[in-house]
Amino acid sequence: MNFGVIRFPGSCDETDALLAARRVGDARLLWHTDRDLTGIDAIIIPGGFSYGDYLRVGAIARFSPVMAEVERFAGHGGLVLGICNGFQVLCEAGLLPGALLPNTSLRFTCRQVELEVTKSRSRWTSACEPSELLSIPAKHQAGRYWAPDPVLDEIEEGGQVALRYVPGNNFNGSSRDIAGVCNRAGNVMGLMPHPEHAVDELTGSADGLKLFESALAMALA
Amino acid sequence: MKVRVLIRPKAGILDAQGQTVERALPALGFDDVRNVHVGRLVELEVDNPARVAEMCERLLANPLIEDYEIVTAAADGART
Repeated sequence: MNFGVIRFPGSCDETDALLAARRVGDARLLWHTDRDLTGIDAIIIPGGFSYGDYLRVGAIARFSPVMAEVERFAGHGGLVLGICNGFQVLCEAGLLPGALLPNTSLRFTCRQVELEVTKSRSRWTSACEPSELLSIPAKHQAGRYWAPDPVLDEIEEGGQVALRYVPGNNFNGSSRDIAGVCNRAGNVMGLMPHPEHAVDELTGSADGLKLFESALAMALA
Repeated sequence: MKVRVLIRPKAGILDAQGQTVERALPALGFDDVRNVHVGRLVELEVDNPARVAEMCERLLANPLIEDYEIVTAAADGART
């Protein structure tokens, strides 16, 4: 299986995303001006501060040339995972519902968070059991997931909430403790915590690997 | 033409920045301050101001979470 990891000016977690993806398959970097996704089975939009987070997080990145291809790829059912800034980019692009607002504390926070896998359509958590707990680090200043109440109702009923913060772990103030959402088809997912930083017990948890293994299982299916 | 775009968090969305400023002002003796909101100002010069709304919808604001107000030089002559 081949992962493509996008690097924007200002990305900073693309190397860990590459290393994590290589634990389950092959992976290569894509530059923000690339237009050729030939041979790629899954796209990862990594964390960081694409285009300096100028204007609004993710606002400029979503108009980069590679994102036009990602939208096409996603539209054909291709697997796309947005992590942290990547989640913000996918929301700005309209590939995922909602938006990410500044944490209620207004502070940049880096900590381990406990997440509960929700029974959902997400293909990126397909290798997890419903209610399984994942311990994954989060580090951001604008990770408060927000959408209007009718949209929250719709995504909850439609199986689009993939991950929730376990009580006591929702440090950013996200609506309904939502940590990760997917699109209606389940092939596009975004989350604020960083599964690519949790792929080895050496750094405290290997729970993040589950997402990459889920993608592999989907690609082989 | 010079145009100013004022972008504000939508009513009903917790404005953490506005609340923080609102809490800080009384500490300086400004006790009569209410409803503080912090947004963004975008200033631009365009030939065709009729297209600024589209710019707001597509890039300058995120209409899901932000309201925008377009102020043209004609309406804002005293300050431009």
